[in-house]
Amino acid sequence: MHLGLFIAFAVICVAGAISLVAQRHPINSALSLIVVMGSLAVLYLLLGAEFVAAIQLIVYAGAIMVLFVFVIMLLNAGAEERTRGSRVAMALGVPGLIVVAGVLMYTLAGHTAAGQDQLAIGATYGPPVAIGRSLFREFLLPFEVTSILILIAIMGAVLLARYHAAPAPETRAIDPDEAGDLLQLAGTHGSAAGARERRRAEHRMREREVTR
Amino acid sequence: MTVPLSYYLVLSAILFSLGVLAFVVKRNIITVFMSIELMLNAVNLSFVSFAAHWHRLSGQIFVFFVMVVAAAEAAVGLAIIIAVFRTRETLNIDRVNLLKL
Amino acid sequence: MPLSQYILIAVVKIAIALFVLLTACAYVVLAERKLIARMQNRWGPTRVGPFGFLQPLADGLKFILKEDLIPSHVYKPLYIAAPMLSLTLALTAIAVIPIGQSVTIGNANIPLQITDVNIALLIILGLTSVGVYGIALAGWASNSKYSLLGSLRASAQMISYELALGLSLIGVLIGAGSFSLREIVNSQAGWHWNLWYRGQFVAFFVYLMAAFAETNRVPFDLPEAETELVAGYHTEYSAMKFAMFFVAEYANMFTVACLATLLFLGGWDGPVFGPAWLMVVLPVLWFVLKVILFIFVYIWIRGTLPRFRYDQLMAFGWKFLLPLALANILITSLVIGLTA
Repeated sequence: MHLGLFIAFAVICVAGAISLVAQRHPINSALSLIVVMGSLAVLYLLLGAEFVAAIQLIVYAGAIMVLFVFVIMLLNAGAEERTRGSRVAMALGVPGLIVVAGVLMYTLAGHTAAGQDQLAIGATYGPPVAIGRSLFREFLLPFEVTSILILIAIMGAVLLARYHAAPAPETRAIDPDEAGDLLQLAGTHGSAAGARERRRAEHRMREREVTR
Repeated sequence: MTVPLSYYLVLSAILFSLGVLAFVVKRNIITVFMSIELMLNAVNLSFVSFAAHWHRLSGQIFVFFVMVVAAAEAAVGLAIIIAVFRTRETLNIDRVNLLKL
Repeated sequence: MPLSQYILIAVVKIAIALFVLLTACAYVVLAERKLIARMQNRWGPTRVGPFGFLQPLADGLKFILKEDLIPSHVYKPLYIAAPMLSLTLALTAIAVIPIGQSVTIGNANIPLQITDVNIALLIILGLTSVGVYGIALAGWASNSKYSLLGSLRASAQMISYELALGLSLIGVLIGAGSFSLREIVNSQAGWHWNLWYRGQFVAFFVYLMAAFAETNRVPFDLPEAETELVAGYHTEYSAMKFAMFFVAEYANMFTVACLATLLFLGGWDGPVFGPAWLMVVLPVLWFVLKVILFIFVYIWIRGTLPRFRYDQLMAFGWKFLLPLALANILITSLVIGLTA
């Protein structure tokens, strides 16, 4: 039973991971990764780590991957293009993968096969109560440090993703001889403020052209 | 029927290698970022299987911390991706070749 | 208990739960139409059957018999998968919800719950958080601006309110000391309902608001705001695929209502008396009545409140509900810590 479930979900896991590499469109890759995470949650249940399984589903599949899918949708990312770089990477990457995987598996399988004790189905080693106790006693300092890490991440994300507004809001009155100019620019916008905004945008565009 | 620890570790190794492959091969910056998550997941699997093997909780606690760091990393990384996309209008990492926005 | 008997009981329970849930969804739609009609001084559906009681049947037939259109510009695999994902996740959540103690048939003691797991609450939270994908992918795969706007709104809204929803439950969890829904209900036995006994009325308020937002109901129905987004993420869906979203929404309402009943209103706790069979039936009856009360509040609010603006919705979630939920956790744990 345990072996059957393990093999079934391990196969789903590996298939999802291969699909992540093979798919061209980022949203398909993201969904493949969600499949991998879902089946890993089942494997955690098999290992008796029920709390970790639930957290895997809630945090990874339900929050982090939603963020990825959200960004893919927001940026409307299209299918990825094949470039020379990707072909070279493919040519070197696949044999490299086989070598790395081979060495890893040889080492792991070679060292742990010798009569270690085995996992029984249904046994739990991670009840939420025990995890909570351990988290708030032995690991209290790391726990608090991660909360600060999260805070920093939130602030960094907000700072990075925010639109960078023009240097400083102008508060000066409009020059009389500039006003006509501005109104002409405003066109359909009809307001001097809109015109100023547009002008600033044009200026920014020109600046970007120069930097390119 | 029970499963030896090495099966889980081998699965973890396969997933990790596939994550490395995706990291090297993929050109879309979001997919590259996702392959990092795949590697983290592979590592988490070996942590949990070691925790189950030695009957120690600390492996699971470590997974908890890895997830927190992954969440923080995803938030910041995706914010950087949005900022890059806004100025470069591309998600291809070959086109993002300057050390500034 | 032999394995075959175990599987048989599980299958029967799943079949009954699915049948009851789907029928209840259909009739809640009718009740909603009737009640809203009453609130707006109309009759509502009256034509099919006495008082329109067969209306859900007619609606169901209509959904099945309609032509299943797939617009040519959609991304087909995800377009087809999205409603199924939505419905599956919505229906799965019912598996861990207990509706009463247990009944004894023959020599088997059968708990009134499909499966009793000790992380039931986390499973429900996980399912609701994964449920975002159905809506997000539907909007994206439809390849239409209204759908995309609707699904972007839905994802942002559901992620934001999930936080408040999860945090509002912590107070209850601290009191009960378990994630198992059955144990949480048992901890409230004898009128010690969490709503007042542990002073969780603030948490209850936060939960109620966040649950409305999670199920995309008025006044948080921006993802499908028909007046601005022509129905949002399901604009491009018709016939059975639309019906799947529809049923998923009502199934989610039921899950949320059941959860509120279990966590805050003592589950099946209530006066129990009479002969043995009544002792089994009455708790289930109390549970169902409490759930119906919740559904009525849902409908009532839909008939009463206008829709939020998007910035108001986000500000309400992040600047009001979240701090309130955090304050509730702080005060609850202080009280428990000082009195224990």
